[in-house]
Amino acid sequence: MTVKIDKFPGVYLHESDFEQGRVLYNTWDPQAQYAWDAGIAIGRYLSELKQGHLVGVRCNQCRRTVVPPRAFCEWCFRPMDDWVNLPDTGTVNTFSLCYVTWDMQYLTEPQIPAVIDIDGTRPSVGIMHLLGDVDPKKVHIGMRVQAVWKPEEERTGSILDIRHFKPV
Amino acid sequence: MAMRKVAVVGAGMTRFVRRALETGKELSYEASKMALDYCDLTLDEVDCVVHGTAPDSFDGVHMKGEYLSDGSGAWRKPYTRCYVGGGTGVFAPIHGWYHVASGLFDICLVVCEEKMSSCQPHPQGAFLTIFDHTTERPLKPNLLWIFAMEMNRYMHTYGLKKEDIALVSVKNKRNAADHPCSLLGDANITLQDVLNSEVLAWPVQRLDVSPVTDGAVALVLAAEHVARRICDKPIWIEGVGWNLDTAYWTNRDLCYPRYVEKAARMAYEMAGITEPRKQIHIAEPYDPFDYKELHHLEGLMLFDRGKAPEATALGITQRNGDLPVCPSGGLLGVGNPIAAAGLMKVAELFWQLRGEAGARQVPGQPRRGVAQAWGDLMQVGTVAVLGV
Repeated sequence: MTVKIDKFPGVYLHESDFEQGRVLYNTWDPQAQYAWDAGIAIGRYLSELKQGHLVGVRCNQCRRTVVPPRAFCEWCFRPMDDWVNLPDTGTVNTFSLCYVTWDMQYLTEPQIPAVIDIDGTRPSVGIMHLLGDVDPKKVHIGMRVQAVWKPEEERTGSILDIRHFKPV
Repeated sequence: MAMRKVAVVGAGMTRFVRRALETGKELSYEASKMALDYCDLTLDEVDCVVHGTAPDSFDGVHMKGEYLSDGSGAWRKPYTRCYVGGGTGVFAPIHGWYHVASGLFDICLVVCEEKMSSCQPHPQGAFLTIFDHTTERPLKPNLLWIFAMEMNRYMHTYGLKKEDIALVSVKNKRNAADHPCSLLGDANITLQDVLNSEVLAWPVQRLDVSPVTDGAVALVLAAEHVARRICDKPIWIEGVGWNLDTAYWTNRDLCYPRYVEKAARMAYEMAGITEPRKQIHIAEPYDPFDYKELHHLEGLMLFDRGKAPEATALGITQRNGDLPVCPSGGLLGVGNPIAAAGLMKVAELFWQLRGEAGARQVPGQPRRGVAQAWGDLMQVGTVAVLGV
């Protein structure tokens, strides 16, 4: 702020203003529901997950093999050429030990989200998933991990068909 | 291209607070009015209005640009709202710049407002929809995850410790103690305070993060022939740049913000900057998290990759250092009302380059500064270079 001005607008409300009823406000709870179509590329990705397979796609022009699959190469702006079966193993690219939920409720056991670079992709690229069956203190970047799949009868064609990734 | 020179000739700002009594419209009005008064203009003289504000879901108001338009002085004027996530605060003046540089308008009022406190129980809820609805949202991610993972990747790549990064938070919160509008200015905060604050999503701790904030900032932009008439020391917008990286954020290396570099190269080229480390005297990079200031300083090519922490430890980025960084106190100190926070950085350059930043004044009569903002899925960079 400039030295030319010495009075600034903006009234700071404190908890006590609400407790003692000094300010008025109004509330609303929105109800919004959506049904998202999986689309062509992610549709096949999900149906392969239901079969217990992880798949990617390859563009022969830029020679990338990537996951999650996409119908078109966003670099070359042309259709992807091939579907590629990928192993369900990979390497932890990065991770966090998260002790809070989105609305700032505290967790005693951390959730461990990670970016996992999937073997067989070129150049090595990852997906976001959770790590499990592991002591949080022992998680490190570079750790080798493998998918833990739900039993076949419980799979629904969802990213959650992989329960989590665990150390190999 | 024949583009006209564009200057900032006025700026206004509300206090940044955790929860404001004022509505978004009222905050917008206060900042806009202050900016117009600053350069003795009336609303009649404003040709067009640009508004920048973050997601509608913060306020629960559809098309909140239109909702906020009367507070921004936009009725019966050419008016647009722009939105590029957290990058909006530096994109809005760019949007205003091309209105004026093109020759279409002579005077443009740029207003950025954010009232995050309306969103209950926590505005993070408004960000949950940032993730891919089919491949990511079933994992129930929260916003802190991606920043924690980006920070971890940055630390791992360059072998950095938490201490190296927490120094940014200490610097900015101390700088903000001199800002009359700041929410979290603290002249006495220590490194230990930051390192001992509670862990939210390791490596992110409470004092590594900027707070939920309400506030508004406004600028007046003018074409050269108008600026020279109404302003004793116009501050010129010398270069602008913006760039977007892939939304497949798990497919790129998070240790370096390539999109910020591309935006910076665009802005530097326009400004005729060939050696940014010599030609830029103040930097206001976007610092919603302490590691982001470092990340962005490297993306802006002001330090080598992985070397911004060392420069911070050496005091180079202090207000009286060789390259003052966030002399305002940044988002970590002044507060983070998303779009307004970015525009606050441009306003800070305006006050600093005019030499009227008071207790925050960078010594040595700085002549050129860069402001930068960032957002979306860690993928958008917006950059503006301002000079005397």
